[in-house]
Amino acid sequence: MSTSPKLTIKDLRVSIDDREILKGVNLEVKGGEVHAIMGPNGTGKSTLASALMGHPRYEVTGGEVTLDGQDVLEMEVDERARAGLFLAMQYPSEVSGVTNSDFLRSAINAKRGEGNEISLMKFIRQLDEKMALLEMDEKFAHRYLNEGFSGGEKKRNEILQMMMLQPRIAILDEIDSGLDIDALKVVAKGVNSMLSPELGVLIITHYQRLLNYIKPDFVHVFMQGRIVKSGGPELAERLEAEGYDWVKEELGIEDETVGLKA
Amino acid sequence: MSVETLLFDPKVVTEFSRKQQEPEWMLQFRLQALQDAAKLPLPKVEKTNINRWNFTNFIPYTEEAPVEGLSQLPEEIRELIFDGEEANVLVQKNSSVIFRQAAEQLAEKGVIFTDLATAAREHEELVKKYFMTEAVKKDEHKLTALHAALFSGGVFLYVPRNVELEMPLQSLFWLSGAETGMLPHILIVAETSSRVDFVANYVAERDSQAAVSNSVIEVFVGQNAQVRVATINNLSQSAVDVTYRRSIVHKDGRLEWIVADLSDGRVISDNTTHLQGEGGNVNVKTVAVGTGEMRANITSSIHHWGRHTASDINARSVMTDEASSILNSITKIEKGASKSDGQQSGKVLMLNPKARGDANPILLIDENDVSAGHAASVGRIDPLQLYYLMSRGIPRKQAEKLIIFGFLDAVISEIPSDTLQKRIHRVIERKFQS
Ligand SMILES: Nc1ncnc2c1ncn2[C@@H]1O[C@H](COP(=O)(O)OP(=O)(O)OP(=O)(O)O)[C@@H](O)[C@H]1O
Ligand SMILES: [Mg+2]
Repeated sequence: MSTSPKLTIKDLRVSIDDREILKGVNLEVKGGEVHAIMGPNGTGKSTLASALMGHPRYEVTGGEVTLDGQDVLEMEVDERARAGLFLAMQYPSEVSGVTNSDFLRSAINAKRGEGNEISLMKFIRQLDEKMALLEMDEKFAHRYLNEGFSGGEKKRNEILQMMMLQPRIAILDEIDSGLDIDALKVVAKGVNSMLSPELGVLIITHYQRLLNYIKPDFVHVFMQGRIVKSGGPELAERLEAEGYDWVKEELGIEDETVGLKA
Repeated sequence: MSVETLLFDPKVVTEFSRKQQEPEWMLQFRLQALQDAAKLPLPKVEKTNINRWNFTNFIPYTEEAPVEGLSQLPEEIRELIFDGEEANVLVQKNSSVIFRQAAEQLAEKGVIFTDLATAAREHEELVKKYFMTEAVKKDEHKLTALHAALFSGGVFLYVPRNVELEMPLQSLFWLSGAETGMLPHILIVAETSSRVDFVANYVAERDSQAAVSNSVIEVFVGQNAQVRVATINNLSQSAVDVTYRRSIVHKDGRLEWIVADLSDGRVISDNTTHLQGEGGNVNVKTVAVGTGEMRANITSSIHHWGRHTASDINARSVMTDEASSILNSITKIEKGASKSDGQQSGKVLMLNPKARGDANPILLIDENDVSAGHAASVGRIDPLQLYYLMSRGIPRKQAEKLIIFGFLDAVISEIPSDTLQKRIHRVIERKFQS
């Protein structure tokens, strides 16, 4: 597909263990755009990311999500990925005994399909190139997937996967948390290297810091399981400087979390 | 005792012992064992009921014609032999060694690599010294006695002092036909400061009929010697597959066991090491993959006798369909074996609600000044791992396979040949397809 991607989220409602967490999320992310979602802890940001990817624990109770017009919620997790959705997870799993490079090659080939597998040479060339850009030591290719990786190494590895898989819509959930300033720059460099009209990006972050390196076109404030305010990059700067109280005041919100009622 | 109460006809035993031109003492040993077999009980196998398994109903001796070269073996058998024309290999079909080849240099270095009957004739003193005297004894229970009475073919591998072999030696035991018995005895003696890798493959044609394999492996690791033995058992669902592995490690000797139990029938896989000398070290890695109604009891035991001895047991099993496996890991540190270290880990992965598995870690410590530890787990595929792999586009089945092979990798990656590793991968993959 060479058309520009478009992810459309309409009135998305998601529950976990019968407790509603997302209460009607509306958002559209198009190719070439960078969106940032900011919001206090426990307001449902990761839930949105997980539900979009199809995490088994989350139950979608209402709304719709389409990618290029296709119904995402109908798809299995792996189909969503092959359709072009990517989620850099806040807490990626560790898988013992599966090397990073075997895993990546399986993922690439799953997308390319049988009979069209990537040649080993080409794969290695791409992997070397991306790892160099992310300043990752070669040994990470042969280490077991995320096993024993430090927090920062895991984040880098998520970005490596994104770069290798070339998604159409990338959701980055707190890709900056736990990164030192140098690592943050490297990760931002990786993301920026991918920006193009073929990719739409949704960044979830607590810090303006990341947004200094990856410039967002739109900034959304998440509270109570929905987007309560949207604006341009200046919104992120104001949140960084003043916190969330002014938003709550403006909107008459007392408790910004998703609340405990079932 | 009268002939009627014996489990097999002593005339048959006498006949094939003669045919193999064994020395008289070996024949007498067999006949005595045959009597023992009738009297002795089955072994006590922790947590598995073996009373109804078929250990005795098989044809004890099936002679097979030799082949001229490896190319005459069927593809599914030959593919388990690695190193091609260069292979140092012994192939046994049912009761007969049908092929053997070994590099000239082996003989020049004084290495003996031959079947057991030939060794008993040509190296009688050595065989007499080690064969079922110290490691496995014929009268332990019914199965060792049956083995002692009926063993045939087998391997004698002798590595002299200071000889280090780079290339692994291999053997392949091919069980073929209906109601056949295969009872190879492998005897490995590694003298002081020698080094050797040995691989034993046990294989049956995929649709072979009820059959019995009752095999014994005895390994003697001399002072400062290094030995690695890998066994891969892949017999069919109607087979009973019994293997007793026993080793004695002398001062500063190092032994590594790699045990792959891929048979689909009834499996007793026992692995016992005695760390006799000071500073001895043993590393035991086992994997089992069970499909259908496979039942397996896999027991790894270590006895620490010497001071400063170290052991590590790493047992893994993947059970699917209605298969069931018991992993027993027993580490015994005897009084006086101070400064010793015994570690063990047993893990079972179940892929089907009807599959069963159990991991029993047992530490028995009679000495204060030691360290020991164990880990055991029985579980299913982690849904979050699965989600993570699938979130990168990998379909569920394939993601499961990655997790399963990842789980087994700790053991499979230790098999001393890349080619063999790949083939074992394929064998396991085939199991999950059917
Ligand atoms: N798997 C789960 N089990 C139980 N509760 C969950 C689960 N996932 C999310 N929740 C709950 O849903 C709410 C929203 O959580 P979520 O992780 O989406 O917040 P977040 O906005 O990403 O917070 P943070 O900024 O701390 O990452 C929280 O109250 C959380 O406890
Ligand atoms: Mg979160």
